[in-house]
Amino acid sequence: MKIILNGKEKEVADSTTLQLLLQAMQLHPEMVACELNLNIIKRNKYGSTQLGEGDCVEILQMIGGG
Amino acid sequence: MKDKTLEIAGKKFNSRLIVGTGKYPSLENMTAALKASGSEMVTVAIRRVDLKDRSPQSFYQALPKDMIILPNTAGCYTVEDALRVARLSRELLNQEPALLKLEILGDPKTLLPDTVGLLEATKILVKEGFKVLPYTNDDPIVAKRLEDLGVSAVMPLAAPIGSGLGIVNPFNIQMILEQVKSVPVIVDAGVGTASDATIAMELGADAILMNTAIAQAQDPVTMAKAMKLAIESGRMAYCAGRMVKRNSAFASSPPL
Repeated sequence: MKIILNGKEKEVADSTTLQLLLQAMQLHPEMVACELNLNIIKRNKYGSTQLGEGDCVEILQMIGGG
Repeated sequence: MKDKTLEIAGKKFNSRLIVGTGKYPSLENMTAALKASGSEMVTVAIRRVDLKDRSPQSFYQALPKDMIILPNTAGCYTVEDALRVARLSRELLNQEPALLKLEILGDPKTLLPDTVGLLEATKILVKEGFKVLPYTNDDPIVAKRLEDLGVSAVMPLAAPIGSGLGIVNPFNIQMILEQVKSVPVIVDAGVGTASDATIAMELGADAILMNTAIAQAQDPVTMAKAMKLAIESGRMAYCAGRMVKRNSAFASSPPL
């Protein structure tokens, strides 16, 4: 199925979860914050958050700034 | 006069310098500059993960572990965006209390704060339990309004972000310092070199937040140290209380 990940279309497995997506991207859950269709998903819910066709996923992290 | 310890949102700070983490020549240089500054709190921005660029993960590793992280809604131009980034930062950092530098910019040319949006977002975020440190204009009225809304510090600019012009309106900063008494006043943005920082502290600012003045100096590590000393020096002069200015000479030695 297709999801929109950080503004770009991405093909992922049908039953994938947010946790599996992060794993595939080699991102540590502690280092990111995630939104699913503009709702913030709590870190302890990544494993139980199943993604669906067309979902908008945003993954954000800390960078240098003033 | 004995100084009292700086306290922001219930946290005590020995250093009156808060440092940004953008625009350093390298991560190694940033780490060394942060250490040399003696600062105990750094600002960071929140952005989308770029899969082709793994450097943000090294960025986190490069932050000295004992420093408090102050997330910034840097680069937000609307209340909506600022609220979103604020809430994401809380989830990301999971710090108690949820400190936040609230920045809402008015336009990309001046990068001056949109104080109308700032007041609106502050009201909402304070209600949500954030410890808000708003980046604001050097406007005493807005500063007072922010204080009344329950912010944890008021952060007026000295000059536009990244300009290094120093305190362009010391009179306004002074008025803000006279009016805002219940929370620290932190001069944020516009400092260019050590003497600018000293002047801000001599006026009575409680602390200074800076990024470009250190990161874009020819030698950021040495400038970080200069800023540390400049802030300590200015604060000490403020506490000591300067002599009265006179319009005529006044001999230091008795007549011959």
